[in-house]
Amino acid sequence: MIEIHKHIENNYLLITVEGEADASSSIHLDSNIKESIEENHKIILVDCTNLNYISSAGLGVFMSHIAEIEEKEINFILFGLSEKVQNVFNMLGLDQLLTIKSNKEEILAEI
Amino acid sequence: MNFKPTNKMILRLTMVMGILLWVALTFVNGLQVFDEIYEVNMGISKQLPMLLLDLCFISFIVYYRIKINKVESSNFVDLLWRVFAIGLVTTVISLASELFYSTIADTALAGHWLTNTLFYNINFGLVSVFLISTFTVWKKLVLYQKSRRLVIYWNVFEGLLMACIFFNFTGFTLEESVFFQLLFGVLALLALVLSANLKWVAYLNFKQKWKSILLILLISIYLIYFFRLIYTPESDSLRFLNSIDNLFIVILFTFLLVYSIFSFLVILFNLPTSSVFEQKLEEAINFQRLSQSIQQGENENQIFDILLKSSMSAVYADAGWVEIDKLNGEPLLRTKNISRVNLNETKRHIKQGKHKHLLKTPLDKASDEDRILVNFKKSNFRSALIVPLVVQNKIAGQMYLLKEVSDGFNSEMINIINTFSSQAAISVENFRLLGDALENERYKEELNIAKSVQRALIPKTLDHDEHFDIHAFTEAAAEVGGDYYDTFKLEAHKFAIVIGDVSGNGTSAAFHMSQMKGIFQSLAQLDLSAEEFMIKANSALSKCLEKKSFITLSYFIINTLDRTIEFSRAGHCPTLYYSKKNKKAEYLQSKGLGLGILRNEKYASFVSVNKITFAKDDIVVLYTDGISEATNSMKDEFGYDRMQNLLDQNAHYDPIMIQKIFIGKLYEFCGNEDLNDDYTMVVIKFK
Repeated sequence: MIEIHKHIENNYLLITVEGEADASSSIHLDSNIKESIEENHKIILVDCTNLNYISSAGLGVFMSHIAEIEEKEINFILFGLSEKVQNVFNMLGLDQLLTIKSNKEEILAEI
Repeated sequence: MNFKPTNKMILRLTMVMGILLWVALTFVNGLQVFDEIYEVNMGISKQLPMLLLDLCFISFIVYYRIKINKVESSNFVDLLWRVFAIGLVTTVISLASELFYSTIADTALAGHWLTNTLFYNINFGLVSVFLISTFTVWKKLVLYQKSRRLVIYWNVFEGLLMACIFFNFTGFTLEESVFFQLLFGVLALLALVLSANLKWVAYLNFKQKWKSILLILLISIYLIYFFRLIYTPESDSLRFLNSIDNLFIVILFTFLLVYSIFSFLVILFNLPTSSVFEQKLEEAINFQRLSQSIQQGENENQIFDILLKSSMSAVYADAGWVEIDKLNGEPLLRTKNISRVNLNETKRHIKQGKHKHLLKTPLDKASDEDRILVNFKKSNFRSALIVPLVVQNKIAGQMYLLKEVSDGFNSEMINIINTFSSQAAISVENFRLLGDALENERYKEELNIAKSVQRALIPKTLDHDEHFDIHAFTEAAAEVGGDYYDTFKLEAHKFAIVIGDVSGNGTSAAFHMSQMKGIFQSLAQLDLSAEEFMIKANSALSKCLEKKSFITLSYFIINTLDRTIEFSRAGHCPTLYYSKKNKKAEYLQSKGLGLGILRNEKYASFVSVNKITFAKDDIVVLYTDGISEATNSMKDEFGYDRMQNLLDQNAHYDPIMIQKIFIGKLYEFCGNEDLNDDYTMVVIKFK
């Protein structure tokens, strides 16, 4: 199961992802991210604090949007990843393509 | 010898016995008359003719009981026909003998005691045959759909009746004996009570009822004719030949006549309602047809045809059609007694009809599922009933029933139609489910084919030389999986070994896995460096992978001459390496990016290649995340540490043994949890 919430805070869009991103729930994740990108937000923050598990299908969702994020010059930042989830991102090499920060404060300080 | 008489033998025996007894009776009667007239005392016992008579009755009773029992009990008209036929034969013989008697009226034979006795006995024999055969048939009719109580009544009646056969020994007569009258009264009353059992009448259809009435009427005429024949006033008769004093015969006459009259009247009064019974019976049969239609291998259209036909006949509709909604295009129409033009016209009238009446279905709230009653004026039909056909909780279509009279549908009819339509819906549902089941079976079959095709993609032999042993194991969670491993001999002492995992699992992963196999087998021919291989593989996959799919891969080039391993990791799980020198297993850390993640030339900058040298007894364990991330019921992962320890402890074994220990421990760890990912491992041990 996955729960996704979207809020507009100040000058950015905050997407909260909670639960497990497996093969079936990642479809939901994909549609939300896709929508957010199409809405032309310049800064999108993804809160993964309560994301317990991510499967290869979940990783595929983030991966598939990398090209578009770059093209549209969106500041797409993930934060609050658990060690386990972070490891999965790292192993695949996604940490080299996506901006991953430890917490929201760190990001807000930068932007 | 064990001799068991068959029915056929008993039939013949009783017939012959009956006839012989009758002949003997006639003879003895003759002698008796002779005795009386000429007052020659021959010393014939009075009891002898009585005994002969009674035995004669019993023979006939047994004969007919066996004969009539053979007839199918529910074929009532046939039974009545038999009685009628026996009656016809007996009356014709009786009339013929009478005619013969009248032709000899002028001769000396007329009025002669011998002729009189003979004719009397002929008539009496015929009457007995007719009465006993009719009695047997009537018994069958009375006992149709018998209850326990009825059987008891009947047995009492029949038992008494049988006892009455021997009543003649008492010498009592109807006129004189109170006992005779009392017994007659009791039996007549029982006969009256039993005559009320006429259940068989309800099962006759209209035509059969008419036939039965006719037959019973004729049978009654025979009965009256015979009664008159036998009932000779006291003064005319020879005293001892007065058969009206035979209690058995009298009661038989009474019962047969009473039952005939009852049956006649009941059938007559049932005539007007018989069409209703027939209608109900037809409804039941139609209902059965609707439920059975699947077993007969009929298709949906045939079910709808049966529904329409049954419904129309149940409510006496003049026309109707079934409209089945199709996902694309025109709805399917099954019509009866109505043309397309007329149908569209009627539909328009129904839409415009002012006197619409909605009937809520008790089962559902949805307004679409309400039955609609319409009365309209301008069309050639005056009323319509529209019933939705609900299959699997969805409206599959509508049935329209039309009548030329207004207000043609009553609630009774609507109930029947509801029953029919829901039964038809069940039939259709079953039919569709059966279709789905077959389809699923087919998919399973297809998957099995895919499974065997994929199995063929897994290498049967792994390339290696005398410097290392190699062993591999793979298992998929579903029929097909996305794990992949392969080897290729690049040069005499140079081997390429690959392990990969396609994102996701199941069929789509299996397709990408086969693409990976093609790419590996093609690129390996070129004897590329690990870096070049990764770049080219990424480039090739970029063009054929689904947008959200990627492949993680570890690529190794083992050179047994230099004793080196050159390897590159594309997002795959880190390789576990056991060094004999350090007596310790470690994960080979390196940077890398999964294939298909970055689908442009920038990917090249993410490829990194490492090179190590190996020593004797060093071990390489390649695996997919299905192993490292396997979880137990506590949601714990099998994990890197556990694998590392396992290799540390079992490094002295050969690759086959190491693999077996790993997988054994994995199953042990997961317990009863189902396999939720594909898992693969390749173990290499250097020599």
